[in-house]
Amino acid sequence: MLAAAATLALGACAARDQGSSSGNTTGSAAAPSQAADAANPRGDGKAVCSGVSIAYAGTINGASAALGQNILRGADLAVKQHNEANPNCQVTLKQFETEGKPDKAPGVVTQVISEADIIGVVGLPFSGESKAAGNLFNQAGLVTITPSATNPALANNGWKTFFRGMGNDAVQGPAAAKFLNETLKVNKVCVIEDDSEYGTGLAATLTQALGSKASCTDKVKTGQTDFSAVVNKISTENPDAVFYSGYYPEAGPFAQQLNDKGVTAKFVGPDGVKDPEFLKGAGAGANSAYFTCPCVPEDNFRDFTAAFKQVEGADPGTYSPEGYDVTTILLKGIDSGIKDRAALLNYVKNYDGQGLTKKFKWNDKGELSDTPVWSYRVENGRIVNNGQIS
Amino acid sequence: MTPFLAQAQPWISFDVKGLAEQFWNNTVDGLALGGIYALVALGYTLVYGVLKLINFAHSEVFVVGAFATWLTFYGLGFRAGATPDLPIAEIILFLVVAALAAMAASGGTAVLLERVAYRPLRKRNAPRLVFLITAIGASFAIQQTLRLFFGLNQQPQIRLLQPEPLFRIFGAPVTNVHIILIVAAVLLWYVADYFVNRTRLGRGIRAVAQDPDTATLMGVNKERVIVITFLVGGLLAGAAALFYMMRIPQGAIYNGGFLLGIKAFTAAVLGGIGNLRGALLGGFLLGLVENYGQSLFGGEWKDIVAFVVLIVVLMFRPTGILGESLGKARV
Repeated sequence: MLAAAATLALGACAARDQGSSSGNTTGSAAAPSQAADAANPRGDGKAVCSGVSIAYAGTINGASAALGQNILRGADLAVKQHNEANPNCQVTLKQFETEGKPDKAPGVVTQVISEADIIGVVGLPFSGESKAAGNLFNQAGLVTITPSATNPALANNGWKTFFRGMGNDAVQGPAAAKFLNETLKVNKVCVIEDDSEYGTGLAATLTQALGSKASCTDKVKTGQTDFSAVVNKISTENPDAVFYSGYYPEAGPFAQQLNDKGVTAKFVGPDGVKDPEFLKGAGAGANSAYFTCPCVPEDNFRDFTAAFKQVEGADPGTYSPEGYDVTTILLKGIDSGIKDRAALLNYVKNYDGQGLTKKFKWNDKGELSDTPVWSYRVENGRIVNNGQIS
Repeated sequence: MTPFLAQAQPWISFDVKGLAEQFWNNTVDGLALGGIYALVALGYTLVYGVLKLINFAHSEVFVVGAFATWLTFYGLGFRAGATPDLPIAEIILFLVVAALAAMAASGGTAVLLERVAYRPLRKRNAPRLVFLITAIGASFAIQQTLRLFFGLNQQPQIRLLQPEPLFRIFGAPVTNVHIILIVAAVLLWYVADYFVNRTRLGRGIRAVAQDPDTATLMGVNKERVIVITFLVGGLLAGAAALFYMMRIPQGAIYNGGFLLGIKAFTAAVLGGIGNLRGALLGGFLLGLVENYGQSLFGGEWKDIVAFVVLIVVLMFRPTGILGESLGKARV
């Protein structure tokens, strides 16, 4: 079995295609290729540990489940690769379902904290639940790295255990404005926000960055399915683009109803909308959609993508590489001999290293300095990379 | 920074210009959605008229119909994504099949509900409050059963009929789907009204609504009347579910009936609960008011507007606009 694991690890190394910065097959914009020094969850294969676990807490089958599944699969892949390569250090990945709901998360987080073998957490994915439960982690001294919660205010709570694995919406908002201004060259944008922590926060930074171009705004509610009044408003305002600041379950019917009404404005959504589920939900309404996302396209992370497909039986999606990256950081901490929460928290705080998606080094608020934002578009029923915005 | 900005935004707007500009668009859409409210409201009203019971599980009867519609489309081989381009005859055929499936599923659920949840209580002469609690419990039970089988997320949308504008009213496009929804609501209301007021079985329903004991003495089979009432309400909810899925194909979700059920119940109370005409009027009115309110005050006031209107109407007409009761002369 040891030999098999070694062969697998070697095989993966041999398959690594480091010189491929150009010539991707999808016809999309150039995506970053895998950095040679990207942290690998396999490590050196000599790690020794026992009885330690890390946890994924977030939506699994709950609200906007597809976004959570992407992250969970990324984390799962990292743990499986780690355990395969390190026979003497088997880390368990425990899964906790918050349903993505701010009212449910604190109870689930309390349970996570009560399990003493959990020394690090990947999550929480959404901003609303992160706000509701972040202080519990802080009190317990249990380190969390969120691979997708983008609300900027989360970092201002003084939580010592909060780390964010990508850019926040103070970065995404202006980047989205830049994308609308310079790439789509629009003059009038309708910014529609949902009632979540994430949606309202992102809409605020975006409308501020757009200035007078964001001349029409409106609000919708989570779980809303009939958008006729908002659609009618947009139809009379006749903007060049509609930006929906929210998640894909509402964005689907909204984009479809806009399309049915004959609104030809470009539909632009943020990371919460960038999922194949949105394309299914919106039908023809998604055909000319664009997305902004602090997530890095996995196009050229070829051995990651190949391993992901093989192990998880699905394509990597939004924030899968980020989920993989932050899990790898926790695993490297464990491999270095850490057995308790305080030491792992300290390890993450002082971490400085290259991941698949970017360089990971946090400031004292838990924010990264390297925070790329990318744009995506829909092409032939698939979401493809449309180039880096910032 | 973010909270500060949020505070800087007006918390409510009075966009009179927007209301005027979008008036006819909102009217057309509001009537279409109002028609669905009306059809579901008929179920609340019928059961209330006969049993003086607010059947809170009726919203789940509706959602079962939505799932039946989705499953029928799925079973016919359609999948999520763009609306397929089908010949008219096939669309009609498939929609009729889906309608039958949805009505059978909803009607069956309603009858089953009556049999399992309410009849045992009637046999034991349980107080009215117990029925109400049971209704809420039954609602949860059906909801969680759906959740168990279909998960927490909406089923990916499958739509057979692409809305195409047929003509315009003051610039507002009226699509084939709008027409179907509004006409179907009025038509089905008329059938239900005819059934209650002009047929033998309907006479039984009115008799039991007026005075159950006397009706029983006069040879009306009360139990049968109650089952028929639930069945009719369920069939209407099933039809409403199909029309709802034509307008909002993302509607098959386990808790998708909750808010819509409350709205339909509001519509029933608004028009006068126990009154079939009131249900139709209340449904259309609520659909309109919701849309106008959103244009005037902003999208986040959608639900609040509906309930404020209900409260205001009840302050001045406590029995609703057209008054209550299925059995009284007003019907």
